[in-house]
Amino acid sequence: MFKKRSQQSVIDEWQRYQAQQAKACTNPTLQRFYQMPLMDPEVPLSEVSFVALDFETTGLDPRENEIVSFGLVPFTLRSIRPSDGYYQVVKPKCILSEESIAFHRITHSQVASAPPLERVLDELLGRLSGCIVVVHYQHIERPFLDLACRKLWGEHCLFPLIDTMAIEARWERRGWKHQLKEALGLQPVSIRLDNSRQRYGLPTYSAHHAKVDAMATAELFLAQVARHYSPTTAIGQLWE
Amino acid sequence: MEAELREIRDHLSQHPPFDKLLDELLDDVVGNIEITYFKADSIILERGQPIHALSYIRSGAVETYHYNGELYNRLEEGDIFGQFGLLRQGKVRFPVKAIEDTLLYLIPKTIFDRLCDNDSFADFVELSGSRLKSTVDESLRENDLMTTRVRKLISRLPLMVEITVSIQEAARLMTENVVSSVLLIEPADEEDSDGVFRGDEGGLWRLKGMVTDEDLRSQVVAAGVKTDRPVGQLSDGRLITIQSDESVNEAMLTMLRNHIQRLPVLHRRRPVGVLHLSDIVRYETNSSLYLASNIFSRNSVRDLSRLIPEIRAAFIRLVEAGSNAKMIGDAMSSIGRSLMRRLIELAEDELGPAPIPYCFMVHGSLARHEQSVITDQDNALVLHDSFDPQHHDEYFKMLAKKVSDGLDACGYEYCKGGIMATNEQWRQPLAQWRRYFDEWIADPDPQRLLHSCIFFDLDAVYGEEYLVENLQDMIATKARYNPRFLGAMARNASNRRPPLGFFRTFVMETDGRQHKVINIKGRGLAPITDVIRVHALAVGSKAQNSAERLRDIEHANILPVGQVDKLQYALEFIALVRMRHQAFELRNDQAIDNAIEPENIDTAERHNLKEAFQVVNNAQNFLPYRYPYSA
Repeated sequence: MFKKRSQQSVIDEWQRYQAQQAKACTNPTLQRFYQMPLMDPEVPLSEVSFVALDFETTGLDPRENEIVSFGLVPFTLRSIRPSDGYYQVVKPKCILSEESIAFHRITHSQVASAPPLERVLDELLGRLSGCIVVVHYQHIERPFLDLACRKLWGEHCLFPLIDTMAIEARWERRGWKHQLKEALGLQPVSIRLDNSRQRYGLPTYSAHHAKVDAMATAELFLAQVARHYSPTTAIGQLWE
Repeated sequence: MEAELREIRDHLSQHPPFDKLLDELLDDVVGNIEITYFKADSIILERGQPIHALSYIRSGAVETYHYNGELYNRLEEGDIFGQFGLLRQGKVRFPVKAIEDTLLYLIPKTIFDRLCDNDSFADFVELSGSRLKSTVDESLRENDLMTTRVRKLISRLPLMVEITVSIQEAARLMTENVVSSVLLIEPADEEDSDGVFRGDEGGLWRLKGMVTDEDLRSQVVAAGVKTDRPVGQLSDGRLITIQSDESVNEAMLTMLRNHIQRLPVLHRRRPVGVLHLSDIVRYETNSSLYLASNIFSRNSVRDLSRLIPEIRAAFIRLVEAGSNAKMIGDAMSSIGRSLMRRLIELAEDELGPAPIPYCFMVHGSLARHEQSVITDQDNALVLHDSFDPQHHDEYFKMLAKKVSDGLDACGYEYCKGGIMATNEQWRQPLAQWRRYFDEWIADPDPQRLLHSCIFFDLDAVYGEEYLVENLQDMIATKARYNPRFLGAMARNASNRRPPLGFFRTFVMETDGRQHKVINIKGRGLAPITDVIRVHALAVGSKAQNSAERLRDIEHANILPVGQVDKLQYALEFIALVRMRHQAFELRNDQAIDNAIEPENIDTAERHNLKEAFQVVNNAQNFLPYRYPYSA
């Protein structure tokens, strides 16, 4: 049967990848990004600078869809600093569908006046540099960013990140209760951002907005660390 | 301001003391907030540790402790802590522990110091964190149009459409959103030019104008304009607006000066609502006194009973205008007494003059000048000692019946306990009344007193007032020297405890509809009134009104320092919650009761109510020490 690979092999792989990217990248933005050495995986969570990141996209498939806006909020285990965050609307190449306009509440005229992704990617990577990125559901931010870099510069942009949804799955979808539910074909406990937050007594926010979601993700991560880990947990243990 | 900061701002602006801050100062707070999280049972602040920030509870709950480890306070969403430490040498004074998973907003000391330059903020912080006092003080000032900020009257975000939208679409959206005005906007590109603001989504917009129901009538329907035309053509681009932290008074003047009825309200440049003149009119305290004068011009019971809707409307207005409970109680009592006097006059007209002097007396809330909108009648007749039942009683029996029936027709139900002058027992000459009181005081039996304690609130409404004053004097002189009587009254005053069992869970009674409810009268108002009455009797006060009784109690110096104030605030707040509840029910055509559903009370009020109940509870605990009862 399939055996989950050990966290150590994840760490090893990221260290190899980082070394390789630092040598290989030719695009100046990516060069700068990868020349910043990867954080020592043994550093305790209490000493790490994090940045919560959230993309709003036109859909779920990075090959078909595009980034519409992104928000990021820096934080440490001690505190989240929302006013030091950053938010940017991006002009996609294709025309926004009516549904996604309604969903994101970003309008045509707003998008029309926004800069294209390539003009703001440098700023984005600069703000991520030196921090550990925290997202809720890695399969949006990671592939969209990677594909954007590949399309623009022909080079990959991947890095270790922390996924609060994966953490939630790890703790909530295990044990006999979950297995029983699964055996009975019942709906497993929801690990969506809002549902996860409720389990930690975190408030519900009204807006669907990249920066609000980034702040919400940061809060969720603090709550998860408080409940499941400790400030001395090594950062590498949470890398995805 | 970006969306996530607005989430923070919206929460802060709902809770004291932040709700009173100028917009600019509030923005300053929001821009400097850091967020932190503590899981249940973890220590947030340890005694003596340096403190650099004020903590605001965004969600969750904490406990603070005294020096000796005793519980000092329990705080929840919207509460602040750490202010004492910040004010005194920057060291934690009361250790704090999370009792639930807790999300905190930290406000740095530099900002806190700046906020303390603001009087209302400093007052709040200085008042040992007592929200209750500041809330009550607040409501005394609240109906002042000069100090109330416009944003307080705004209840919903404005509807906004782009100027290119068709007139019909705009009208459709107005209908769908049930609003009578819509703001017109167009995309903008320069942030710093006139009228440009940043929307929720981050886009730049320029506010171009407003279209109202009247515009649709006069400029579209009457003018025969096609409804597929862009709505932008209905506005001339001129728009008068007001800032959200301006006073209501200023808003009113602006409307009057410009002959307009609606005023878009802006926070900086962002529209946050539209104020209508009727919002202000509704907010203003409407005099209820005209009602009292109106009562005396009515010539029949039926005419009087037609005033019921007006009386109820006056009550709702008073409550919604933010009047305090004492004012409302006074006004409603004046109305109730006027009504009763008129009924007696009408009865006398019919029956002819009374054969001997008499006085109509009231008990309970009407005697205390603390009447709410719906109440039953508690009255009695004190007759002159020349009373001869054979010759006189027929008259007074008729009189009592007419008054009682009349009151019932006007919405004051018959007293279920039979405390009405129609009952022979309570239609007696002064000498007999003196014997009643003498017995109650000299031979106190808690069981018997339970039913007669209502008589210890008594006041004259009509007739020879000296008859009732005689009784008031007698009670004031005798009661205080009879410790057994006071002990029995104190014992009864502790019978009904406020529903404060556990933190965050009120002990609730189940009403007929199976909702979880608190009987605010039985478990809040009555107990505190009882406590105050016992003290008042003990100091020989002749006052009937609870606030006046408290003043006499204060002068007599029998309670620990600060206790009278606390009782005052608790009484005011509990009474106000009950009145608000009843006003809400009246407005929604529901049966009026005293059953409060705690989940229908907002967080801030729940705090206050909890604090008020705690005051009552402590006051009840104090009674047996002060007035021991021996059987």
